[in-house]
Amino acid sequence: MASEFTMRVWRGDISGGEFKDYRVEAQEGMVVLDVIHTIQATQAPDLAVRWNCKAGKCGSCSAEINGKPRLMCMTRMNLFESGDTITISPIKTFPLLRDLVTDVSFNYEKAKKIPALKLKAKEADGTRRMYQDDVDRVQEFHKCIECFLCQDVCHVIRDHEDNKPDFAGPRSFVRMASLEMHPLDEEDRRELLKVDAGLGYCNITKCCTEVCPEGIHITDNAIIPLKERVVDAYYDPVVWLMNKLTGK
Amino acid sequence: MSDQAVAVNRGGPTDKTLRIDSWWVEPVVTVGMLSTFLIYTTWAALVNEHYYVAPYLSPFYSPCLSTSCAHVTLGLFDWPLSPAILILWAPAGFRLTCYYYRKAYYRSFWMSPPACAVRDGHAQYSGETRFPLLMQNLHRYFFYAATLVVLFLWWDALLAFRFPTADGGSEFGMGLGTLVLIANAAFLSLYSFSCHSCRHLCGGGLDVLSQSPLRLKLWRQVSRLNENHMLFAWISLVGVMLTDVYVRFISMGYISDVRFF
Repeated sequence: MASEFTMRVWRGDISGGEFKDYRVEAQEGMVVLDVIHTIQATQAPDLAVRWNCKAGKCGSCSAEINGKPRLMCMTRMNLFESGDTITISPIKTFPLLRDLVTDVSFNYEKAKKIPALKLKAKEADGTRRMYQDDVDRVQEFHKCIECFLCQDVCHVIRDHEDNKPDFAGPRSFVRMASLEMHPLDEEDRRELLKVDAGLGYCNITKCCTEVCPEGIHITDNAIIPLKERVVDAYYDPVVWLMNKLTGK
Repeated sequence: MSDQAVAVNRGGPTDKTLRIDSWWVEPVVTVGMLSTFLIYTTWAALVNEHYYVAPYLSPFYSPCLSTSCAHVTLGLFDWPLSPAILILWAPAGFRLTCYYYRKAYYRSFWMSPPACAVRDGHAQYSGETRFPLLMQNLHRYFFYAATLVVLFLWWDALLAFRFPTADGGSEFGMGLGTLVLIANAAFLSLYSFSCHSCRHLCGGGLDVLSQSPLRLKLWRQVSRLNENHMLFAWISLVGVMLTDVYVRFISMGYISDVRFF
């Protein structure tokens, strides 16, 4: 059964813009991205929207729906009541290119600064082994689809543009956790985490976890364990003393 | 950073938030709950009376380290003020630096941010990179201290089975207060051992967990508990307050303990 909605969609670019209302009929089973495509096809052919897979796997169609960072392709229209007004705006943390499309290159620049996996030496038989118990922990981080909703919702950079040079953001921390906890990696990224990536800026408000469409426990399983590792290296006097005594 | 600055730099809407749900409910409830606890605990810790009625000792005064205590656990010295002051810094510091409570009070009291995708209440932000918030990194030391306190609370729960008799001796028994003290120690244990620092110390800090089977087991168990850390944080917070109220009301004669045997 079809339902009618008013879609308030942000139209504009970095120089300015405004919300424009579109009356749209949504069929059963439609998601927000379908409705945006309907608007494109029938009322606003110049509406800019980034999308790709429409299956929650490419991370392209990130937007803010009624103010909440979400994937448009994973937000079903039956979440709303017929007759509702639904606000669709671009993700706020990154510079707007046009309408719903933002420039997310900040995230790729941060990714470039993360040292890649540095493999341990091979064992005597010429192989490297890792056990399932060790792999399980980092598998969760590999689910990341780089939608950058966690980066968008993080108030450290969302509300404080001046922090961008000093803070890598939750997506980068997930990547660093996947490397730092890797059983075959021997790179030490703790100085990078503390100094250049600005892990100390995170005040654990868990918004990144709340918006992650892949259900990654970003705060509990990536950021807090990394914070604890930084504590080991810089703030724990007992660990510091032990390391001095054992020559580590 | 003002709205205007965001608009100039990035484009897009400049509203404080576009959320239309009741995002403010959670911070308001959190402020209410934590404020109630803080006010009650401060009063109960300073009042220095009605914290012991045999065989029940209020958790706010355990372990009682002053020789002037109504029920001495370890009489280390004579302390002229409330003996609660000697020990409450440990659980207070543990909760203050707890990763869950940080989320709760940064959002609700400090509005940094008040809710997800709602504008931060401050123009400048440096997070936990400077003093005094840099001290949050000492959480694991408060975990050690708070764990010691929890051990004493289990000791108190055991002592709550030993009721005084008319001839000055004691007998084995159980009252509702015994169950209250056991439940309190259990909830506080769940809260303490589901802590993120505990999880790290048990095995989270290792890259190759499979080479330390005992630590791997511990880490898995603590990780399971850790999933409910927020729940344990609230249950134990309310529980410890109600335990004090129960002991205090019996001591003041407002209610009588139910004795099972």
